[in-house]
Amino acid sequence: MLKVEAVIRQEKVNDVKNALSNAGLLGITVYNVKGRGRQKGYVLNFRGREMRVDLIAKTKIELVIDDKALDEVIKIIRENAVTGNIGDGKIFVSPVLDVIRIRTGDRGKEAI
Amino acid sequence: MNNLPIDTGDTAWLLASSALVLIMTPGLAFFYGGLVRKKNANAIIMQCFACILLVSTIWVLYGYSMAFGPDVGGFMGNLDWAGLNGVGLEPNEGYAATVPHQAFMIFQAMFAIITPALIIGAIADRMKFSAFLVFLLLWATFVYNPIAHWVWGIGGWVRALGALDFAGGTVVHINAGAAALVGALYLGKRRGLGKDPMLPHNVPFVVLGTALLWFGWFGFNAGSALASGGLATSAFVVTHTATAVAGLTWLIISWLHKGNPSLIGACTGAVAGLVAITPASGFVGPLASIAIGAGAGAFCYAAVQYKNKKGFDDALDVWGIHGIGGTWGALATGIFAEKAINAAGNNGLLFGNAAQMIPQIIGVAATWGYSIVVTFILLVIINKTIGLRVKPEEEAVGLDLGQHAEEAYVD
Repeated sequence: MLKVEAVIRQEKVNDVKNALSNAGLLGITVYNVKGRGRQKGYVLNFRGREMRVDLIAKTKIELVIDDKALDEVIKIIRENAVTGNIGDGKIFVSPVLDVIRIRTGDRGKEAI
Repeated sequence: MNNLPIDTGDTAWLLASSALVLIMTPGLAFFYGGLVRKKNANAIIMQCFACILLVSTIWVLYGYSMAFGPDVGGFMGNLDWAGLNGVGLEPNEGYAATVPHQAFMIFQAMFAIITPALIIGAIADRMKFSAFLVFLLLWATFVYNPIAHWVWGIGGWVRALGALDFAGGTVVHINAGAAALVGALYLGKRRGLGKDPMLPHNVPFVVLGTALLWFGWFGFNAGSALASGGLATSAFVVTHTATAVAGLTWLIISWLHKGNPSLIGACTGAVAGLVAITPASGFVGPLASIAIGAGAGAFCYAAVQYKNKKGFDDALDVWGIHGIGGTWGALATGIFAEKAINAAGNNGLLFGNAAQMIPQIIGVAATWGYSIVVTFILLVIINKTIGLRVKPEEEAVGLDLGQHAEEAYVD
């Protein structure tokens, strides 16, 4: 089992969410996050005084999947989150030791 | 000129009313601001605020003269009063004989401000700010000013027909509602409508906005008596009553229809009531105002459901509330008006004067027709020159950052 964490543009979250659900991947957790990558941020101004914002608001989508689904999940996320510009985000993949469904006590893949 | 005496009570009430009507536009900004998504909150409040800035300026320069100045063919005023030339502190007998002419002028300025601001709800979240400013300038000049003259200006052709519109059912609400319909259809839908959730981002803001509108509307309607006394009181009472009944009606209908008593629904119904009572407020009694409020809640609710079914993107229901509510109000004025309330008015259908329906219908139809046609022409011109709509990526990021580089909520 793998955990996929994708940090993406906020405005892409609905597209990614819908595409995942169309592929049968219903369970996701979504966070509003702030972060810094290679995108340099943007300049806001307050009464003419410029302020650089370099922690940019992003959305993180987190889901746990079967190992076999990884390529498909990456493809779905990339296809729906890409604009081609710096700041499209990153996908992180890490192993998961176990999953437990609280209601039933199911463990492992059954519980995903 | 003449030496009419100035009535201090009337002047005090009219100046207070002007301030009340002004606060309606920021109130509307909160109402609309709460209804849109977080990423567009500043942008829509900005558009409302820009109406105050720009329309106030042109009103003094030429707007008041176009709307209320010496008549040209019943269609509009000439520019004799441009720059408020001759609009001084002496009363103008034709418009308001007991207050300084400038008090009447500044009261009317607030109506000119809020009317284009109403349209913003229909075109929310997708119009360039630059294009909006150009539209605002042209629309205030070529749509609002002439229609205000037709209905309220001395020599205006709708006024001459004997149509009753106490505080602006046609001039303000039908006019804005018709323009809103054209704007929503011509601009097209917000991207992602029907696919992505587009939930109101701050319901308490909607309630705050409604409260400010309701409060300010006492100036709008009771102030339109242009005098302090019985008529202003009567307008105040029917305004309040119709609003409460309309909010209650919408609440109950939507509860029965959708299964939940919605706070946004109650607020929307109240605004529909305010709209509908506006033309009638100086001509009808309290029981008639209950009927007008109930009709407003029901008809506007139906109009919004119809829009939802048809799927055109009048984002915040300006057509459904102001267009349909204004039309119901203008026709209801022809039904429920009675001379016992206002001797300067007329009796309506229920008081033996069915003929009053004719000028009411003509006023309604002319406003719909003129506003639709001219709004469409203005939008086409702007679209073909500087373009109306923001870039898709700006729309996705939100207009606050995309157009203004200024976020509503920074945490």
